Amino acid sequence: MENLETKITNTWCPGCGNFGILQAVKLAINNLIERGISKENIVIVSDIGCNSKIVDYLNTNSFYSLHGRSIITAMGIKMANPNLKILVFLGDGAALDEGISHLIHAAKRNSDINVIMHNNRLFALTTGQFTAVSPKGLKGKSTPEGSIEEPINPLELVLAANSSFIARGYSSKIEHLKNLILEAVDHKGFSFIEVMQPCVSFFNNIQFLNEKVYEAVNPELGSREKALTLIKEWNYNGEGKIPLGIFYKKDRIPFEEEMNKHLVKDKKPEIEKCLQTHL
Amino acid sequence: MGMENKKDYSVIIGGAAGQGSRKAGLIIAKLFNNLGYNVFIYEDYQSLIKGGHNFSVIRASEGQKFSIREKADFLLSLNEETIDKHEKSLQKNGLIVFNKDKIKREKGVGIALDTITKELGGISIMGNTALIAGFSKAVGIEWEDLEDALRKELGKGIEKNLEIAKRAYEETNTFLKIEKLKVEPDPLLTGNEAIALGAVKAGLDIYYAYPMTPATSILHYLAEHAKDFNIIVSQLENEIAVINSAIGSAYAGKRSMVGTSGGGFALMTEGISLAAQSETPTLIINSQRSGPATGVPTYSSQADLLFTLNSGHGDFVRFVVAPGDANESCYWSGKLLNLAWKYQTPAILLVDKDLSESTFEFDRKVLDQIKKENPVLWNGKDEYGRYADSKNGISPLAFPGDKAVVKATSYEHDEKGFSIEESEAVILMQEKRLRKFEEMEKEIDSLEAVKVYGNKNSKKAVVAWGSTKGVALEVAEKLGLKFIQPLMIQPFPQKQFDKAMKGVDKLILVECNALGQMEKVLRCHGIKVDKKILKYDMRPFTVEELEKKLKSI
Repeated sequence: MENLETKITNTWCPGCGNFGILQAVKLAINNLIERGISKENIVIVSDIGCNSKIVDYLNTNSFYSLHGRSIITAMGIKMANPNLKILVFLGDGAALDEGISHLIHAAKRNSDINVIMHNNRLFALTTGQFTAVSPKGLKGKSTPEGSIEEPINPLELVLAANSSFIARGYSSKIEHLKNLILEAVDHKGFSFIEVMQPCVSFFNNIQFLNEKVYEAVNPELGSREKALTLIKEWNYNGEGKIPLGIFYKKDRIPFEEEMNKHLVKDKKPEIEKCLQTHL
Repeated sequence: MGMENKKDYSVIIGGAAGQGSRKAGLIIAKLFNNLGYNVFIYEDYQSLIKGGHNFSVIRASEGQKFSIREKADFLLSLNEETIDKHEKSLQKNGLIVFNKDKIKREKGVGIALDTITKELGGISIMGNTALIAGFSKAVGIEWEDLEDALRKELGKGIEKNLEIAKRAYEETNTFLKIEKLKVEPDPLLTGNEAIALGAVKAGLDIYYAYPMTPATSILHYLAEHAKDFNIIVSQLENEIAVINSAIGSAYAGKRSMVGTSGGGFALMTEGISLAAQSETPTLIINSQRSGPATGVPTYSSQADLLFTLNSGHGDFVRFVVAPGDANESCYWSGKLLNLAWKYQTPAILLVDKDLSESTFEFDRKVLDQIKKENPVLWNGKDEYGRYADSKNGISPLAFPGDKAVVKATSYEHDEKGFSIEESEAVILMQEKRLRKFEEMEKEIDSLEAVKVYGNKNSKKAVVAWGSTKGVALEVAEKLGLKFIQPLMIQPFPQKQFDKAMKGVDKLILVECNALGQMEKVLRCHGIKVDKKILKYDMRPFTVEELEKKLKSI
């Protein structure tokens, strides 16, 4: 086992779902290293929020980005070096509020990055305000009477944006989540994993999640219709089971591969040739 | 006509958007260029696709002049509106070249653009070729020179165009003969093209942008030549994406540049702060246009100086350089890319519409002064810390893929890049950056950060920056004044500016904004401006306009 520990004191609340996610990530990274992907070629990109502290707890390459900008920063890294394997960690607020444009465009482009969205269904580090996936009626400090907005379904959103890999995991199902991460890394193109997690301080839904989640299987991973059925089984608001697993997977040429393909190694720029057209 | 031997000609060519006046203007500029004249083109266009009124002003002169005159010697009209709008700008003995199929007038050179084009089976845009040919004949340009220029510029349908040109050429009389000068032509480049080339020469790998006038043509030019230059050019969803992806690419070791204008630059400022905190090299081209907000979007302004100098939240120094012509734009985009990497910092090249989109005679030798300079890299042996403390505040760079753990961050951090909050740790890192800022300031000594021209003994001096340089320099020289041009504005080149001020007892500031922003910058550095000449109609000063204003002081 590669030692990925750091000396930084973990400041997540006891019982936080992030611990399970961190454990799954460590297992996944170790598996990648065992399979011959060098640790130097793995980069963790994080956003801002409790979840994003993960970069301080993993002794790997990392870029601790701005709020909402982790996905696009990760795209820039992949563009510069397509050999890198990139894991992006961000919360539901970063992905679906502050940075939603980058999420949609990264999915549309098929940027070859792996986005792991910690979904605790509110802004936690700022002590509890509603996000785009908070259930209607959520009472937070900014909505003492309850949020009046309906939540959006993030998986439906990324499917519409043409994400080529869509999955859902749960922070308490570590082995299952590890496997989702590995499948995502193996997938060439944009991967989106939503990870349901409780926020023990502001939205402790662990019992609800334990009761509702089940491991689903989509026998036809390339079917948008089948994927949509699973994605819509739970509407983030009312009743219904919460399926976990890979819902959609379809190969498509990754954006950065396409963008890099005309480059010729060590070729000098032909400036004089261009100047001739200016005479 | 008294126009021969003048060696300083102004041509206005205009028409509705979509009529091709800009391209026709460029061909005329190239004709003059090939006759040995120094050429400068000012473009005036509106924010629309079809209709309206667009025009180019071409100045062809002996010696370098990057400004426009009040009066034109030749007015070439693709439509009637051009004559209505510009006839008053014509010299008394000036010549109007027009389409006599559409416009009835006694004076001037009428060419039957529609008849010729139709009879020879051309399409209507080829009327522009007939106009250029008629003009060429009227001013005594040889057919061979004209044919040569047309062949270079008009790839598609060239034979038909030449047929049309020949007819118009034959049907027109010669009114004067413009003298050929014995000067080899230099390439004609817009400011934006020069910026692109400078960055490419300094090792640009990736250009990210979102379209915004007047920076868009950098995106177009680099995209057109992406294979020639062996670079990636990528248009993204917004300017926030643009700056953050550039920072990501630089973290992974690739030299990245972004380009935008006021509103887009405003969106980038959060990222500029990130580049400073994470110490990630980033070159930003900020081409100013009129504001506030959407303003007069296809016209120029120098009103984002203070904003640029203060862009990004937090305490940090970024390089800000404002070049004044295409040569300087090329040199400084290359230099700033190198400096961004040497000091791992955001660097901003501050230009404006009249610099970005005007066309200049370009000196190839500038490119020889630019090379890719290597930054300080990790030696591959010591335990790596992205923010390792050092005497000069610069921590060696390593990239993902190297045998190191490379942790970059937007948070305050320790030497390894882990987040910290403790007082001592915060001070350590802030002071490391402060030492780096001092080094950035020292770098100025090796640069020509302030230029001095004109009568160096004059007690009266003119100061101007950016695209206003061209006209201010010309007028200052004409009036026997000293001319001071600050190029680097942050860090401020105090020593060089103080030296330039030696013997000056009256300083006149010339700039294109309403508040006199450069005065505030100079005042911060103990330099007193005695008089301000400001222009804020979003058009450049003409030589005569500025001369009159300067004489009245």
